[in-house]
Amino acid sequence: MKIELKDVSKKFQDTQALNKVNLNFEEEKIYGLLGRNGAGKSTILNIIANRQWASDGQVFIDGQSAWENSQAQKKVYLMSEKCMYPGSMKGEKALKWSAAFYPEFDLDYAKFLADAFELNLNKKVSSLSTGYSSIFKLIVALSVNTPFVFFDEPVLGLDANHRELFYQKLIEKYSEKPFTVVISTHLIEEISQIIEEIIIIDHGKIIFNESCEELLQRGYTVSGPINIVDRLVAGLNRIGSDQLGGLKTVTILGEQNFSDLPKGIEIGKLDLQKLFIKITSNKGVNNDHESNA
Amino acid sequence: MKLNFDDNRPIFLQIAEGIEDGILTDVFKEGEQIPSITEISVTYQINPATALKGINLLVEEEIIFKKRGVGMFVKSGAVSKLEEKRRNEFFENYVKKMIEEAGKLKISKQEIVAMIGRGFLDNEN
Repeated sequence: MKIELKDVSKKFQDTQALNKVNLNFEEEKIYGLLGRNGAGKSTILNIIANRQWASDGQVFIDGQSAWENSQAQKKVYLMSEKCMYPGSMKGEKALKWSAAFYPEFDLDYAKFLADAFELNLNKKVSSLSTGYSSIFKLIVALSVNTPFVFFDEPVLGLDANHRELFYQKLIEKYSEKPFTVVISTHLIEEISQIIEEIIIIDHGKIIFNESCEELLQRGYTVSGPINIVDRLVAGLNRIGSDQLGGLKTVTILGEQNFSDLPKGIEIGKLDLQKLFIKITSNKGVNNDHESNA
Repeated sequence: MKLNFDDNRPIFLQIAEGIEDGILTDVFKEGEQIPSITEISVTYQINPATALKGINLLVEEEIIFKKRGVGMFVKSGAVSKLEEKRRNEFFENYVKKMIEEAGKLKISKQEIVAMIGRGFLDNEN
């Protein structure tokens, strides 16, 4: 079972939010969907979950068209900032409401989680603070038991303790009964060890779609005296460059195959967040005018 | 088991090494059960596939074994096997690196030998 996006585009008036996106979400994997503000992350998720329609292209859930297809939509749950419940509804009733729509919803587990997060289910959904509103939606997302669960900014407003509790419950749930998880977040370092696959979207286009571990292995830095570094990295795929006095650090994306390193040169590794920043902010480093050493 | 994720090596290797350290320091004794994949993943907040990859390394090296439906256990003879493996790595990871760093600082061979002697004395006290 998988979700397939085929040439999905979305235009808002004169903005091209998504540009021919082709993506697959495979069974029982955890994905990180990363991108800067306005890159198109939420638009992708909203189109899959029928909250927005695509201007062009198609989405298939388990082989069926996702559009206005309630059978297909029952396999998907999207947790997002938008609250899908009437504001006057109390937490407990909202959970029962979800259980009515999603046949596999585990009400006991939802109540157990509410207890763990100290969420008062007698409160109206609309009266919850930002953090607890996120927590309420997270609890629903962890209890629906659909084959695909999408989290759009899941930890918005959560304190560090609650964020950690969420990640733990997510992993616990996933490792007991795997399902497809897609997390879209700006807190990259917090999910970098949890996700298996990484998708990076930039200006409506998918620019990376691979195993997180492999991407991390391909990113590295070369630092040392300017002239030696420049000579070493000439012709390599440079995605960033910093200079401090006579010391230069260049970020490279690609295979590392230096046979013998000159004295004073050090190779370093990058964490996912730093790599992400270099990938999505520094454009055209490769085209920098450089003297021929 | 202590892990240091600031270390930029792949997490599955660090998981395997963490368990190895546990075995070498008697936290996990031969014949005893080690934590499950779920416990390891939840504790360190890592993807269970990563934890499994690390564990499978140890299964391949015959350091631990899986009992279907029960859990994972330290194999008898694991300690001596690990000691042998780590001894081989000791030269590469510690001795060579030390000499390299000493070179940068212009520390001579005699000085290193003296320092090692001093290190042993400190350790005894």
